[in-house]
Amino acid sequence: MARVVLIGNLAQLTGGVKEFQLAVTSVKQLFEQLGALHPELRRHLDDGVAVAIDGQIYQDSLLEPIAPDSEVYLLPQIAGGAMFP
Amino acid sequence: MAETNGHPQANGQHYVGTRTIRPDGVDKVTGRARFGADFNLPGQLIGRVLRSPHPHARIVSIDTSKAEALPGVKAVITRDDFADQPSEFIPAGEMMMNYKDVVRNVMAREKALYEGHAVAAVAATSTAIARRALKLIDVKYEVLPHVIDVVEAMRPDAPLLHDDLFTAGVEPKPEKPSNIAKRVEIKQGDVEAGFKKADIIIEREFKTAPVHQGYIEPHAAVATVSEDGSTELWTTTQGHFIVRAHCARLLGLDIGKVRVTATEIGGGFGGKTVVYLEPLALALSRKANRPVKMVMSREEVFKASGPTSGATVRVKLGARKDGKFVAGFAELKYQAGAFQGSPVQPGTMCAYAPYDIEHVHVIGYDVVSNRPKVAAYRAPGAPISEYAVESVVDEIAKKLEIDPIDLRMQNAAREGTKAAYGPKFGPIGLEETLNAIKKTEHWNAPLRKWQGRGVASGFWFNIGGETCASLTVNEDGTVSLMAGTPDIGGLRASLAAVAADELGVPYDKVRPIIGDTGSLGFNFLTGGSRSAFSGSLAIVEAAKQIKADLCARACKLWEARPDQVEFSEGHVRPLGALAEKVKPMSVADFAKVAGKTGGPIGGVGRINAQGAGPSFGTHLVDLEVDPETGRTTILRYTVAQDAGRALHPAYVEGQFQGGAVQGIGWALNEEYIYGEDGKLQNAGFLDYRMPVASDVPMIDAILVEVGNPKHPYGVRGVGETPIVPPLGAIANAMEAATGVRFTELPMSPPKVLKALKDKGLSKA
Repeated sequence: MARVVLIGNLAQLTGGVKEFQLAVTSVKQLFEQLGALHPELRRHLDDGVAVAIDGQIYQDSLLEPIAPDSEVYLLPQIAGGAMFP
Repeated sequence: MAETNGHPQANGQHYVGTRTIRPDGVDKVTGRARFGADFNLPGQLIGRVLRSPHPHARIVSIDTSKAEALPGVKAVITRDDFADQPSEFIPAGEMMMNYKDVVRNVMAREKALYEGHAVAAVAATSTAIARRALKLIDVKYEVLPHVIDVVEAMRPDAPLLHDDLFTAGVEPKPEKPSNIAKRVEIKQGDVEAGFKKADIIIEREFKTAPVHQGYIEPHAAVATVSEDGSTELWTTTQGHFIVRAHCARLLGLDIGKVRVTATEIGGGFGGKTVVYLEPLALALSRKANRPVKMVMSREEVFKASGPTSGATVRVKLGARKDGKFVAGFAELKYQAGAFQGSPVQPGTMCAYAPYDIEHVHVIGYDVVSNRPKVAAYRAPGAPISEYAVESVVDEIAKKLEIDPIDLRMQNAAREGTKAAYGPKFGPIGLEETLNAIKKTEHWNAPLRKWQGRGVASGFWFNIGGETCASLTVNEDGTVSLMAGTPDIGGLRASLAAVAADELGVPYDKVRPIIGDTGSLGFNFLTGGSRSAFSGSLAIVEAAKQIKADLCARACKLWEARPDQVEFSEGHVRPLGALAEKVKPMSVADFAKVAGKTGGPIGGVGRINAQGAGPSFGTHLVDLEVDPETGRTTILRYTVAQDAGRALHPAYVEGQFQGGAVQGIGWALNEEYIYGEDGKLQNAGFLDYRMPVASDVPMIDAILVEVGNPKHPYGVRGVGETPIVPPLGAIANAMEAATGVRFTELPMSPPKVLKALKDKGLSKA
């Protein structure tokens, strides 16, 4: 299971929950599972956040693979994407 | 062969890493290069903008009838010529902007929100007639109270700019509107617990002034709209695909009908990532049915295009006696200008990024006030927050009597360090830049009275993004290279070197150009230190397609299997027994028979570039303060920065030097000065004091190359990081020279003189 951590204001949309353990194999699956768990997050995920997978930041890259033991951070986008809440 | 940077060249690399001749050099030194204002079309009209004289006023009515009746006036536009836009956030450079605000920024609707805000525009047969027409436009204003300062704008009783702006990011959600657009936060660990472990805690408040990007070339655009809606636009921009998207949206046009060509650009630094004149020129052209040319004056550039934020920053940093940082807190209040969207978010993420600190908490506020909307400026938001942190780091070094480089080294982020904004760093080069600075002769050179030396480090993320570039092998074996991001800092030279090495052709046989929006797929803009990083990845991909195609053609010509051929050093070479039967074929050989072997030879790299490696730099500065006048002279300056791999060392050094000089201006002189009336008092280069060549010494540049593993050549972005450390380095040098810790930028002569007098250090 990948360890997923929300950075910045995103946790305001999850009732303060900042960490998740999720069985996902791609950024697309990550967004789908997080969106299902916390629908309020969905718009921000759809509009674009940066995703750091094992230290490497990806932006607008739905197909990027996530390994079972990956550490994943959701960050505000550096350029492009959506306004944070 | 051009001079290399001393970096060992890999097999097949002859041009990457060398100081090749600039492809744009001859045109620029001979004056042949066409910048925005150099472009003209037959029958063009001249467009001019009527701007608000008030910093804050409701627009009661606009009567354009007299202007329209003036002979020679062909079109007048106002807010009524632009459909309102819904609230929808879009990327604007390296920041976000709301289309509802974009349409109001290019042309005021309900209110004028800053002095210089566009209220109407005219197109006429001459500049003189256009100016006369502006005077005939009757705008009735209801003048409102204004607010300029960020802290004053945050007060509950401050004049309100937008009655529908409710602070985002706070719980519970506010019931009343305010000028605070949002609150953002970065948090790691438990800072309160961390501060309890500290032996020393320094807490300071800093102020920085808004500064302009100061590009020498003003905004300029020429637009023509035909009867069938087909539109052409030539403009000086950092991103013509972004201009196309914005203009299509604001004017209700199909993107495919809008063709935008980026002219040569005389500097942008982030300030040309948004639209100002372009939608106006298009709207005027559509109305007049003639081409329209618009060029801003320098006064308009200052008053109506985006500077970066001024800010108030509070920093609290705790360390143990041995120098280890244990906790860092910061509160950032950034001016956004008239509409929300300051770079406070990256400011929060960058503040402590150079350091390995377990407990970090940074809060940021995005605040609107009656100033022009801020635009991106090199590493948006980072210089401000990192200046404050680097000043406090220096103070801790002094208090603990630890060498400031050693203190930074002790706390430096390294590969595997968990960044203050979350993820772990990969291979990075901060330590290497600190070591490089410490090894310089500069670091130990003697200083005299009133002279001081300062050091500071800096960080910027760097980005990739959508990129499309093409390579075409011409009939004679020369290569046409087309990129879709404007060349501001050496893109053409860098990509031509990569293409030459990838295809094994001479550098001077590659002609790089910047294609228009009809010639390539979508490209994000030149910004985020991305264009050479992303563009070179796209060129490598395009070259890969060509090499695969040539190998396939060779197999057909030689009746060989794929494993019997390979591409190396510019040739498809037969392998094994086949080598005895046929001779290798060069790219030029294939070009001669292209038609007979399948048609034109070319490749297009279409990528969304990922893997931009973060960049760190360390700056060292010597300066001298004149106690009689308060004037500061920069005596010596050295930059060390991790470039990953410098595709073109001279251009990379130029980025280091340019960033340092802009930082010197930001630290010492530049500021927007407003009167009590809310009007800008120094909208010109005479009074807005940017450094010129005679103000600065030669900036020594040290290229540190810690390769980025996510790029085939190891490239990292280099354009933005160099503006981050100068503010802190200079403030630290000022303290060393005078004993005064300056906490307000710019450290201009009047402020320095006053501080010295207050301390009894000046009798002037």
